[in-house]
Amino acid sequence: MPSITFISSSGEARTVDATNGSTVMETALQNGIPEIEAECGGACSCATCHVYVDAEWTEKVGGPSPMEEDMLDFAFEVKPESRLSCQIKVSDTLDGLKVHTPARQG
Amino acid sequence: MTETIKTDAVIIGAGPCGLFAVFELGLLDIKAHVVDILDKVGGQCAELYPEKPIYDIPGLPEVTGQQLTENLMAQIKPFEPTFHLSEMIESLEKLPDGSFRLGTNAGTVFETKVVIIAAGGGSFQPKKPPISNVDEYEGQSVFYAVRKMEAFRGRDILVAGGGDSALDWLLNLQPLANSMTIVHRRDDFRAAPDSVNKMRALVAEGKVNLVIGQIGELKGPGGKLEAAAVKLPDGTVSEIKCDALLPFFGLTMKLGPLAEWGINLEQNLIPVDTEKFETSEPGIYAIGDINTYPGKLKLILSGFHEAALMAQSAIRRINPDKKVVFQYTTSSTNLQKKLGVA
Repeated sequence: MPSITFISSSGEARTVDATNGSTVMETALQNGIPEIEAECGGACSCATCHVYVDAEWTEKVGGPSPMEEDMLDFAFEVKPESRLSCQIKVSDTLDGLKVHTPARQG
Repeated sequence: MTETIKTDAVIIGAGPCGLFAVFELGLLDIKAHVVDILDKVGGQCAELYPEKPIYDIPGLPEVTGQQLTENLMAQIKPFEPTFHLSEMIESLEKLPDGSFRLGTNAGTVFETKVVIIAAGGGSFQPKKPPISNVDEYEGQSVFYAVRKMEAFRGRDILVAGGGDSALDWLLNLQPLANSMTIVHRRDDFRAAPDSVNKMRALVAEGKVNLVIGQIGELKGPGGKLEAAAVKLPDGTVSEIKCDALLPFFGLTMKLGPLAEWGINLEQNLIPVDTEKFETSEPGIYAIGDINTYPGKLKLILSGFHEAALMAQSAIRRINPDKKVVFQYTTSSTNLQKKLGVA
């Protein structure tokens, strides 16, 4: 079972188990990770599940699709490593993934 | 002072559950007024995912948010609901006779026997940029919507965002403005290509200043904006002179004024019973995503069921003397007459 570490805006890290095929956003909600709102429930329509992929992982996770890139316009403090966590699918290759959550989603 | 609208039912929220509540109330001869803060019906289905397919509406293997909204509007047409769009219920007070007085931000006043809160995740409100002192400037220098274009004549306007709202207002206000700047985080705009082309032409003519970056800080004393600091992609900061900022970062859902109506809340949701879907205040019902009860699932189909049971209780409150006979639309001539098919 892959694990994912969420690091809050204040630097607090929480490592949780994730299921292959689910999304990083779903994993966050199931584990009560603060700073992930996911208002639209995973439809890539609201930009309130914004995360920064840790520098070590950006290559493996890859960049956003054009639709996700458009949606990131609605997020704040967007950086090159910004992704919407509802669009990142968990798999064995992402075991150990680290993402940082922003102080504000919307 | 506008005239008070006297009615049997006011539905707060024109999402799928609010719309279907019109149907269920209509079958029982209850006419409804529907209020929604958006300028269109459909709620999240229309605002968040109009083109995305929904797969769990019974009897509709695949339907988009927009189609579902259109279907519901066709289904409730016989009941002639009155819509009050782009309005938000701000106040609710109980009257001595057990009815309720509601007031909207546009000055509309209702007196109604029942209130149905079908507000989903709350009311859609503009996302505020995460600038620590933005509140100080709101209303004077920072605006999330344009009410009167004239108010912007001669001003140094800064528009933030890359979608249709940002570009539409840029194009509309540019001829009035003393100067017009647009700041967007990338040199790619998701707005309609025609608007983007027009904006680029104005940039080429030197009439619009395009800055790629993100707004960091606002400057100016006492809510009077003088400049905005913009973080550029290379990490440097550029100060842009402006006295009006229009941020367009989409909408977010906030619980809004209903938190102050004296109804019990549990983690921003309204607890209800599962017989009537009534709140802690008799006569005020809550259906759809906004309510909570043991086993609650935030599904559109759950909201439809809740609307049907709510209506059975609402009719007894609105018209206690009326004998309510349960009927099917397939066989009841009475119901079919109401639907305009018999």
